[in-house]
Amino acid sequence: MKNVGILSYGTYLPHFRIKTDEIASVWGKNSDNIVSSLGISEKSVAGIDEDSVTMAYEAGNEALKKANINPEALEAILVGSESHPYAVNPTSTIIGEFLGAKTYYLASDLEFACKAATTAFISVAGLISSRTIKTGLIVGSDRAQAKPHDILEYSASSAACAFILSIDTKECLADILDVTSVSSDTPDFWRRDGVRYPSHGGRFTGEPAYFHHVELASKNLLEKSGLTPSDFKYCVFHMPNGKFPRVVAKRLGFSSPQQEPSLIVDSIGNPYSASSLLGLSAVLDIAQKDDLIFMVSYGSGAGSDGLILKVNKSQSSQEYAFKNKISKKQYITYLQYLKFNNKI
Amino acid sequence: MKVSVLGGATTKFGELWERSPRQLATSVVNEVLELSKLKKNKIDAIYVGNMLSSSLGNQDHLGAFFSEELGLNVPALKVEAACASGGMAVHLAALSILSGQYKNVLVLGIEKMTDYKPEVVNSALMGAGSDAEREAGATFPALYALMATLHMQKYNTSEEMLAAVSVKNHYHASLNSHAQFRKPITLDDVLKSPPVASPLKILDCSPLTDGAAAIILSQDSAKAGVSIIASEVATDTLGLSQRDDITSLKATRLAAEKAYKQAKISAKDIDVAEVHDCFTIAEILAMEDLGFFRKGEAGPAILNKKTWLGLGRPVVNTSGGLKASGHPVGATGVKQIVEIYNQLSERASLKQVKNAKIGLTHNVGGSGATCVIHILKRFGDIPAR
Repeated sequence: MKNVGILSYGTYLPHFRIKTDEIASVWGKNSDNIVSSLGISEKSVAGIDEDSVTMAYEAGNEALKKANINPEALEAILVGSESHPYAVNPTSTIIGEFLGAKTYYLASDLEFACKAATTAFISVAGLISSRTIKTGLIVGSDRAQAKPHDILEYSASSAACAFILSIDTKECLADILDVTSVSSDTPDFWRRDGVRYPSHGGRFTGEPAYFHHVELASKNLLEKSGLTPSDFKYCVFHMPNGKFPRVVAKRLGFSSPQQEPSLIVDSIGNPYSASSLLGLSAVLDIAQKDDLIFMVSYGSGAGSDGLILKVNKSQSSQEYAFKNKISKKQYITYLQYLKFNNKI
Repeated sequence: MKVSVLGGATTKFGELWERSPRQLATSVVNEVLELSKLKKNKIDAIYVGNMLSSSLGNQDHLGAFFSEELGLNVPALKVEAACASGGMAVHLAALSILSGQYKNVLVLGIEKMTDYKPEVVNSALMGAGSDAEREAGATFPALYALMATLHMQKYNTSEEMLAAVSVKNHYHASLNSHAQFRKPITLDDVLKSPPVASPLKILDCSPLTDGAAAIILSQDSAKAGVSIIASEVATDTLGLSQRDDITSLKATRLAAEKAYKQAKISAKDIDVAEVHDCFTIAEILAMEDLGFFRKGEAGPAILNKKTWLGLGRPVVNTSGGLKASGHPVGATGVKQIVEIYNQLSERASLKQVKNAKIGLTHNVGGSGATCVIHILKRFGDIPAR
């Protein structure tokens, strides 16, 4: 992919956290077993007045502030989520309005489980690379649902991450060197219209779903680019739990130091379409000029998007660093969690 | 009684997401026909052991479903007796041979479980329980946990003894190329695994499994070195609450008594056995109810490796049992026959019990409401292959 880069990015993480221990104690489960098997010790929880729209706005607003551009420059706004508050009425136009975008912009909502936002990323990057537009915003935002007592309850979390992409200039933080996608009809996780909570195929979500697609996309991206895992400074994989991304990185030949900075899942859980993008943002917070970054998302249903990025410049300030947001938190009880999620 | 076993085969057991019931049946039947040196058109009837095709697979015409798949127009029917469906299918197939109606009968045991959500499968499995116990919220792990608790109180059976069943069966499964779990485990692994229904932990419990097994029973003794010499069934109450004693399965005792009488042997004559270890306590109960050990002595014996391959007699669950080979419920009873057939015809490879001549299978439905026992014997020389 040519002539397209990342101009800036923004993140939003709700203030509230619930510990795995708190959830496990309600259901009579051994918390240590869950933490060791899922690799998640706590997760972020959206407040009662937050949803995918408000979080997408916050992340988009931060990206605009960091880019220091006029919001009217945005010619596309695509928002990936599986928890758009409206079935009909786009999240993208609501946040476009509040961010101050001008009328002439392409807006749309995407849904592809946890990879909707990386698909938005590739779509906008394509529009820019083809010189159709100059600047676009993509956001991954989710207030992920989980049925009480389902294993997902320990991981499904809330957050948002936004990227402003633009034609490649010296202002860009990173160039987008290459992309890939794989897709198949794989029913590992789904939620029918009107149904409150998603269903999943248990262990079927592993090998034939996450690992199959992430590995296919990764191998394709490496083959296309002619690069090997050791050429990269960092790797980022979608994080449905703490175990899967670690296993897949090891299988593909990436080392723990290459992956560790992206592993936000341990302390915030899985904010679905924001997950891999937040991992990327945590890496960009510390990356230096000329670092190569390898990233592959995963969305149930199923598919993976892959990206190769080359860093142009490091972040001048850590004011917005994601790790600082992780440490600003307030723990809630399971009862508060039920209340925040409108379950009581 | 003498019904010849011409051959036996199983698919790999495990999470076979990429294989449909039709594919599983076709592959295992082709394999057993080849082993039996029998042409498909020589099959006179098909007995299908299956529990969940109706509740999970939405298929209520399973006999014709598989005869269609196999390209046959012979009588075909599904036999259901919960987790003893496979054993019961073998029982009825053997009776059909003895009746003189059929010369060669195919018994297919098959179950597809992992395509469905675990809670859906568990709910379907509880279809084998008593109404009252289901309404009270009991599950099979809970019912077997009650049996284990009382057995521990009455006979000083320990959690280590329960764990030793799992350790043995995982070791045996490590030698079985078709087993679901081939990783050897330790007592500590079992004891530290998460509780399911105390005192049973996850590694005390058999898994959900996909798989199929098939055998050919025949009147033709010329081709066979192994025959079924006893096939007996007994039943008991569906639930535990109406039983006098829950540290023993009455159905097992009754079926075993009849089977030994039919075969004109006693428990001490058994060289190798496949027993229904849906939970570790179930194997301890089976060892005692089948007469291999006196009451309260099975736990210490298993802990002391008296039933391990190469270390004692009878050797129990060389396939890895339900615990480690896997438990595709309708296939389990047929797989047990396949394993004993392989042992008696010296086809068991790494897990071969030396000089095994008489073997027993013990297949239980529900929490002991049905028990099917078969005794197999090797006659003459091992057939050439």
